[in-house]
Amino acid sequence: MLTLNIAIIIPFIAAALIPLVYKKIPKIHIGWFAIIVPLVLFVYLAQYIPSIANGQVIENTVHWIPAYGINFTAYLDGLSLILALLITGVGSLVILYSIFYLSSKESLGHFYMYLTLFMGAMLGVVLSDNMMVLYVFWELTSISSFLLIAFWYQRKRSRDGARKSLLITIFGGFAMLVGFIMIYAMTGTWSVREVVALAGGFTDHELFIPAMILTLLGAFTKSAQFPFHIWLPDAMEAPTPVSAYLHSATMVKAGIYLVARFTPIFGGEMSWFWLVTGVGVFTLFWGSFNAVRQTDLKALLAYSTISQLGMIMSMFGMGSAALHFGYSAESSFYAQATFAALFHLVNHSTFKGALFMVVGIVDHEVGTRDIRRLGGLITLMPITFTFAAIGSFSMAGLPPFNGFLSKEMFFTAILRISEAGFFSLETWGVLIPIIAWSANVFTFIYCMIIVFQTFLGPYQEEKLEHPANEPPIGMLVAPGILSLLVVGIFFFPNVLGDYILRPAMASIFPTLAGEDLGVSISAWHGWDSPELWMTVGVVVIGALLYIYRKYWTVVYRLFPEKWSFNELYSFILDWMEERSTAITNNYMTGYLRDYLVYIYLFFIVAIGGTILYTGAYSFDISGNAPITVFEATIAIVMMIAAISILFAKSRLTAILINSILGFGVAAFFVLFRAPDLALTQLIVETVTTVLFLVAYYFLPEWQKEDVPRKSRNVNLLIAVLVGVVFTVVALAVQNGKLFATISSYFENSYELAGGKNIVNAILGDFRAFDTMLEVVVLLIAGIGVYTFIKLKAKKEDENYEDQ
Amino acid sequence: MKINNVILRTVAKIVVFIILTLATYLFLAGHNSPGGGFIGGLVLASALVLLFIVYDIETVQKAIPVDFKKVAAFGAFLSVGTGFGALIFDVPFLSQSFAYFNLPFFGETELTTVTIFEAGVALVVVGIVVTIILSISEDV
Repeated sequence: MLTLNIAIIIPFIAAALIPLVYKKIPKIHIGWFAIIVPLVLFVYLAQYIPSIANGQVIENTVHWIPAYGINFTAYLDGLSLILALLITGVGSLVILYSIFYLSSKESLGHFYMYLTLFMGAMLGVVLSDNMMVLYVFWELTSISSFLLIAFWYQRKRSRDGARKSLLITIFGGFAMLVGFIMIYAMTGTWSVREVVALAGGFTDHELFIPAMILTLLGAFTKSAQFPFHIWLPDAMEAPTPVSAYLHSATMVKAGIYLVARFTPIFGGEMSWFWLVTGVGVFTLFWGSFNAVRQTDLKALLAYSTISQLGMIMSMFGMGSAALHFGYSAESSFYAQATFAALFHLVNHSTFKGALFMVVGIVDHEVGTRDIRRLGGLITLMPITFTFAAIGSFSMAGLPPFNGFLSKEMFFTAILRISEAGFFSLETWGVLIPIIAWSANVFTFIYCMIIVFQTFLGPYQEEKLEHPANEPPIGMLVAPGILSLLVVGIFFFPNVLGDYILRPAMASIFPTLAGEDLGVSISAWHGWDSPELWMTVGVVVIGALLYIYRKYWTVVYRLFPEKWSFNELYSFILDWMEERSTAITNNYMTGYLRDYLVYIYLFFIVAIGGTILYTGAYSFDISGNAPITVFEATIAIVMMIAAISILFAKSRLTAILINSILGFGVAAFFVLFRAPDLALTQLIVETVTTVLFLVAYYFLPEWQKEDVPRKSRNVNLLIAVLVGVVFTVVALAVQNGKLFATISSYFENSYELAGGKNIVNAILGDFRAFDTMLEVVVLLIAGIGVYTFIKLKAKKEDENYEDQ
Repeated sequence: MKINNVILRTVAKIVVFIILTLATYLFLAGHNSPGGGFIGGLVLASALVLLFIVYDIETVQKAIPVDFKKVAAFGAFLSVGTGFGALIFDVPFLSQSFAYFNLPFFGETELTTVTIFEAGVALVVVGIVVTIILSISEDV
């Protein structure tokens, strides 16, 4: 069945069609067309919920490059299903919201094209089984999110934020690619499932730890873990629907997904446990600590996302300890953390999506997101306030909202892990609950800031751009549905748990699958449970700190701005820009002669050096055919022509004589019975001669130049050396054979490709990939020439850059 | 700059058609004898270049109102598209196929998917060669 692969492709097709539709039907908001895509996909994926819950998997392969084991395998199991449902479900809501959020003056065609492109890339990431294909989609999410963040590209801050996210996530992506290649080197397969099946068999391999670290780098950069978190706050320059979608529900979760997906491969190892848990817990603390100091609501939410992602990450780290034991009472004990992580993953998407939309509504209605200017909106925007309160209280971990349940489970997990006696937890393990608990206090504080600073207190109309009003009803639908989910999941958590989370758990612990891991969600653990008292502690201390915050927020001044990672990033970027400008200015002299000298020198050193080093200059002409009169004649004519170019009096003469050389080569091809090459050479020679003539028409008169004797000698030396190296290469080529010849394969061109012309069968059938890429290169080169000549920068465009 | 080149114009009118016929022949014959998409495209482009030299650019563009950048882009799309087309039949990317058919008038003829791929190559070559020559010669 092909449908799963097509489901990934559909958003890409939509992305191609949307700009066309946008031009044709300007009256209807294009978002109404875009929303069809995620809705259909959501319904399509949702039909698999019962069969996936029964332990089935859906799988389909399209062969791509089978020779290298790279196939487009779509694979749907519990873990992919959670993410895929979030991508399409939250995607539909975000598009619905954006229809009312973005005015039709924006270039909506682009917006929805980027958004559907991103959706397809994200589905590709979570549904691909092949690591190479996964990597391709992974980088596509970076690129499409770059386009989305820079949607308002007229603003410098948008462009900077987009560049920052691209640089950081692509850096991680490259690291991940190397990690994947290492995994391939260890296991010999690109398929994640096959690697999982081999898991445990290669833990002693010397590449195991490097592969783990490199793969984690990809995951950490994508899901904004410390210290790579700095791109997420800057990415908030994107339109709010984008923030709600990419930066809370989907793209940042790709890193989480990757960690979950690779847990069966690397999990159960001490270094994996400490890296994932440690980075996660610290990110949790750092994000929540910094969120409190923010004054922009969106920046605050960005830091809160960082901290929540850290929390999910740390739970996956703790859960991976279960793999250490195989199936036993202990493993089911620790596996609870993974369950909690998956649960919080879903919960976070619901409440954070709603909160971003609420902030968007506030921004849209009053024109500011600065909490120092907001306040008293509760009476004017009661519905918005309700959604904000539901989202925030859920994030703070209060009942009756779903965040309470997953936060309780998080506390359970950290308490259990701190009691464990493995992985040298005895020494450092005691820090985990302390850091995590204090991070939750800060989480509580910033959640209260969102609700109370925005909606209570004095209403300062003079500081707002527009008077506050409820938004149009359409804008409230999407956050309303998410808020309903927040409450609904609290009252019926085990529906989600049994149908969605449990199958996902089975795909993270394939070795434990089939065993009852004994997980269920309950809101009430009894008065004697320590988790309850930890929550009570968070609320009491958090409330006190919130009320008296003006007395202690001075601690933030202890961290000077210039010691932050942001400053380090800008410093490195500025430094590289400065140095590369200096270096480039040094060698880009503007003289064509200099550039030719670089090229020739490189050629002489690289090719000549290689020949000298490998000793490949031995030639043997004994096997050559005798030279006939025709060949000798053509060669002599060409030599005369080559020498007479030096004495040509005008450019025209030089060009025409030069073309004699080309036609001479064509004549050689005819003699050696290579009609294809001869034809090509003849026409290429004709066309390039015309091109030469066209280009030379614009040059000034050819004058005798006064070249200093010294540089003339250098030129002579380079010319002679290039000639010598070329001759040596041409003569040595007959002898050197680095690889076994494959020409016998092409002799079957008639049986295999139905072509009597072997040259064409090679170009079109056997090595069509080369030809295809050559065609693309030709296209790119042509576009390059065109833009160089036609699209010169206009003066008035320059100011545009600095807005 | 008006040059009186009556002979060139008269000859070109006939020669262009010969070149275009040759281009079509080369393109279609490519699978079994010398020719193919690249050469066919180049020959076709050289016919256009001849027209540009003999007549001026405006005249030719009026006669052939085609945006050659789009031709090139469409060609690349076609070539890459045949690669993805193979995936629909569950064979590796860029797999080509061929079969023999008994067509009226032509008799038994070989039809191949490579022809579509080569058509893309030819269109890219035509589009790019003409675009480059036009953009250089228009830049006065």
